Amino acid sequence: MKAHWWKALGIILVLYSIVMGFLGKVPALWVLHETIRNLYFHVTMWFAMMTLLTISLGYSIAYLRGFKREYDVIATEAANVAMMFGAVGIVTGMAWANFTWGEPWPNDPKLNGVAVGMIAYIAYFILRASIDEQSKRGRIAAVYNIFAYVMFMVFVNALPRMADDSMHPGQAGNPGFGGYDLDSGMRAVFYPAVIGWILMGVWLVNVRKRMRELEFKFLQNELD
Amino acid sequence: MFKQTISLIQKEFVMEFRQKYALGAIVLYAVSTVFICYLSFHTIDSKTTWNALFWVIELFAATNAVSKSFGGESKEVQLYTYTLASPGAVILSKIIYNILLTIALTLVTILVYSTLIGNQVVEMSLFLGTAVLGASGFAAVLTMVSAIASRTNGNLALMAILSIPLLMPILIIVIKLSSMAVSGMLLEDPTNYLIALGSLNIVTAALGYLLFPYLWHD
Repeated sequence: MKAHWWKALGIILVLYSIVMGFLGKVPALWVLHETIRNLYFHVTMWFAMMTLLTISLGYSIAYLRGFKREYDVIATEAANVAMMFGAVGIVTGMAWANFTWGEPWPNDPKLNGVAVGMIAYIAYFILRASIDEQSKRGRIAAVYNIFAYVMFMVFVNALPRMADDSMHPGQAGNPGFGGYDLDSGMRAVFYPAVIGWILMGVWLVNVRKRMRELEFKFLQNELD
Repeated sequence: MFKQTISLIQKEFVMEFRQKYALGAIVLYAVSTVFICYLSFHTIDSKTTWNALFWVIELFAATNAVSKSFGGESKEVQLYTYTLASPGAVILSKIIYNILLTIALTLVTILVYSTLIGNQVVEMSLFLGTAVLGASGFAAVLTMVSAIASRTNGNLALMAILSIPLLMPILIIVIKLSSMAVSGMLLEDPTNYLIALGSLNIVTAALGYLLFPYLWHD
């Protein structure tokens, strides 16, 4: 039980953010109105995604230093789960954009950046699938993963800040979302929600990694 | 290390001039693409279209030029090179050679493109600077992707899938800069973008240098 407390914490925090996200008090804002509640669900997805991609990068670097098969599995699965968070983030963002910006896919540098960034990670999975030998696959995929991460960060975090036509907060000279529409009541829900979703993501990676280990053991037994 | 890099670059040049058909094929690819565009457009009035078309041609010409840099070598030649030089020297020499090749190709493309379809550029020096920096960025990314693609099961089709998402940040900055140069409306200072482009190139080349040692041995 001792080792599993963080999973319970993740469940509690996510449940708390869902309940408080729909029932809690939010400031009455112009244009945004009640859709500001989507902050708890949309923005948290990106925080979880970035964290998981960083974990994936860390394990890719670790793999290149020691060539332990386990690290390669974690790097892949972290990228996998990150893509799931990214897909949910895009869907929640499209719903939000439809209500506040008038269309589900406005021509915004952040949106286009995320779309291309996710294509880079899909290319990473295609690259993995095209190499049969396990150790070679791990090495080459790790190298590509490091490249994809750097380009993804340039795309999602650096370019929209330089662009002059982004509608996202914190970009193109817009104030960050903490600046004007995040009061203390919302902070009390938002930050726990971020931590909760990150923990859920790590848990998902953990489960998927164990699944892959079992598959690996099963295949080895078949061979013996 | 430095000497190795220099002599490897020399080797690349000698190889290229011994088999002129490869060089010819690259230039022919770029020129005939421009010619197809000329036949279908004749002249382009819209500056946005002019700009977009140029960079699409440039992107595929560069991909075509660089893709052979690792894929074109036989396994035996690669093994022989690796016994003689350090992997860092190999990748640096390839990146530098491909940068020179891509810049030359870009200049030829600009020349043919602006002769046939018409020159719409107002700020020529900014446009040329962007083209040179953009071409070196393309070359650095594509060299590394070509190294990655050559390690897969001989599948060069992967090259396009792997490189386009990685080229996109460079492409976006480049298009931004060159649309400034084409329209002549410098509403904001282009130096920030030029610096961003240059630092992206340096980061890519440095990553290539650091990561290539993990790629080359089986």
